[in-house]
Amino acid sequence: MTDATAIATTAGGRTTWERLRSHRDWLGFWFMAPAAAILILFLAYPLGLGVWLSFTDAKIGRPGHFIGLDNYDWLSDDSVFWGSVFFTCFYTLVASSIKFAIGLYLALLLNKNLPFKALLRSIVLIPFVVPTVLSAIAFWWIFDSQFSIISWSLVKLGLIDRYIDFLGNPWNARWCLIFANIWRGVPFVAITLLAGLQTVSPSLYEAATIDGASRWQNFRHITYPLLTPIIAVVMTFSVLFTFTDFQLIWAMTRGGPVNATHLMATLSFQRAILGGSLGEGAAISTAMIPFLLAAIMVSWFGLQKRKWQQGGDND
Amino acid sequence: MTDFTRRTLIRSAAAAGLAGGTLLDLARAFAQESPWKPEAGASLNVLRWKQFVEAENTSFVKMVDAFSKATGVKVNVSYESFDDIQPKASVAANTGQGPDLVWGLHSLPQLFPEKCLPMDDVADYLAKTYGGWIKGPEPYGKANGKWVAIPVAVNGGYMNYRISSMNKAGFKTFPTDFPGFLELCKALKKNNTPAGFALGHATGDANSWLHWILWGHGGYLIDKDNKVSINSPETAKALEYCKQLYGTFIEGTPSWNDASNNKAFLAGDLHLTLNGISIYVAAKTAGAKGDEKMKAMAEDIDHALNPVGPVGHPTELQLAFPILGFNFTKVPNAAKAFIAFMMSAQQYNPWLEGAQGYLTQTLHAYDTNPVWTADPKNKVFGEASARTLPISGVGPLSPQAAAAAADFIVVDMFARYCTGQEDLKTTIKTAERAAQRTFR
Repeated sequence: MTDATAIATTAGGRTTWERLRSHRDWLGFWFMAPAAAILILFLAYPLGLGVWLSFTDAKIGRPGHFIGLDNYDWLSDDSVFWGSVFFTCFYTLVASSIKFAIGLYLALLLNKNLPFKALLRSIVLIPFVVPTVLSAIAFWWIFDSQFSIISWSLVKLGLIDRYIDFLGNPWNARWCLIFANIWRGVPFVAITLLAGLQTVSPSLYEAATIDGASRWQNFRHITYPLLTPIIAVVMTFSVLFTFTDFQLIWAMTRGGPVNATHLMATLSFQRAILGGSLGEGAAISTAMIPFLLAAIMVSWFGLQKRKWQQGGDND
Repeated sequence: MTDFTRRTLIRSAAAAGLAGGTLLDLARAFAQESPWKPEAGASLNVLRWKQFVEAENTSFVKMVDAFSKATGVKVNVSYESFDDIQPKASVAANTGQGPDLVWGLHSLPQLFPEKCLPMDDVADYLAKTYGGWIKGPEPYGKANGKWVAIPVAVNGGYMNYRISSMNKAGFKTFPTDFPGFLELCKALKKNNTPAGFALGHATGDANSWLHWILWGHGGYLIDKDNKVSINSPETAKALEYCKQLYGTFIEGTPSWNDASNNKAFLAGDLHLTLNGISIYVAAKTAGAKGDEKMKAMAEDIDHALNPVGPVGHPTELQLAFPILGFNFTKVPNAAKAFIAFMMSAQQYNPWLEGAQGYLTQTLHAYDTNPVWTADPKNKVFGEASARTLPISGVGPLSPQAAAAAADFIVVDMFARYCTGQEDLKTTIKTAERAAQRTFR
């Protein structure tokens, strides 16, 4: 190496490689290269491969041939697929909104000077700490058609005379899953928003209170605007996690009863890995991308700093 | 060290009740007689399904040990859950490296028959030596008329019922036809001792009993020529019959997975279901440990063959476990010797006993294995291999047929109609569409 460089240098000034290696404009590129390589290798390449697979008829154990939009064509006429699109959107929308509402409420509550504040804050985190599969199995028992503790209690109390078919009825099963998802997702929202709340300077509230602002006005004109960026981040993540949820569904219903609770992620796994149709599974996964992009766009615009936050006018 | 192992082996052989020589001597004798002499310095990598009975695996490990001692072939066994075997085997088939032998389920060999080690010689040898292949599992070993794998065993699922409840419902013996079966379910419901069969995504139970109902009426997902044929009057009849049955079931069966009926049965809520022998074994084991309630339950449990449908012959779907070798293996003779060894009487008989009725033989010589007579309640499971159709029904066995079952096409069709989600025409159309997608 040293020899080669020496020869190249004596042969007529610095070589192109030499210049690329030391030029200031290229320095940034070199620093970015390792990170970019990791992203391309582990994110962009698998994503690209997934999209490519969706245009082939690949099966497990057999490489596919390019078949264009055939997979999408079959999906467009597949009621189970459209059912999964509906439930994925419904699940995400309902669970995320409720998670946000409860999370914000909890965050505001925990931001107050409560006794045992540290303890309470750690208790709130428990659902998030428990491995999802464990909590899913617990919920599976809670909602079991024969052993449900809820049904049992209600029957013993004399309120109902037969067990509730929690996971055997499509709408019951959907609501049970949404409930379990909310239970699991609230701590993430609550704790992150709490962190955001603590960055709001108390002097702002003092000033506002002196000016005669009510508690609602305090929230509406101080807390909420200052919390917007963090809400955008939290909700983006929350929406992404919910949209791509897999474990809860798989452990509790496996997409049943009668495919009523398939999310696009579970249906994709079902078709690609268990059914062996990699191409079709990839098409279902690829169909998730537009939705995920939309969610990211929301955060992108939500994250952009407002002018007033940098000292300018808000327009 | 050798002495110690030898003594341990002798002891375990004695415990297994083997007469006339130790396990190792038998193994050595077999190794000398075997038509396949392992390559010098050979070692084998075996990938198999994760066991569901401890005793089965104990016998398997013992067998592997004896094989290593007798032939000097080192054997590494790795275990994977049911769902993971197929992807792993496929990767090995595509890349040409990985385990030498894979013991999987269903139509795994038909997924890549051209990558499988030809097994005609092994299959013929075994058939000649052990009374011939039982016809049910045979298709799982073949592709295009050639043997590409060896069907090792079948996992049978049959009627599990409470004797007292059946008697109370007015039946002395278990019904053997579909109308009688429906009558029994109705009577059980009336007595508040209901039947229940999984209508959820229960890979084993739901596929097993719903294919039985469908085929029993003469409906098939695909015909002899691999054409989708689900849209037929026979399918409609099967759906109508099933809806009547569903009306007699315990609540919640559309949400059931493979474990649900076991739980409900053992809790005393469920009095008739389709399952492997596991419910009975669980009750018996708990009873032997001093649980009086379970002991009484085990005494009250019995098994029956699935009733025969209007088509007039058994139409059961049982789970097959074929073993295959890859053609990239460097030690084909060791692989074949291993399979032949595993299927030999000295090894297979104790192994089958260890499986306690969960697994059924595929060779006629083992029809008389003591496991089927030791407890009369085990008996029906011994017929699983003879009574099963391949997962493709009357059609040719193919990976698509297994994919259709894994994708619950038939299960969902029945569930949609029984739960009233779709009418008869729509539900058949939906299933037809899904089947066309799979078999395109």
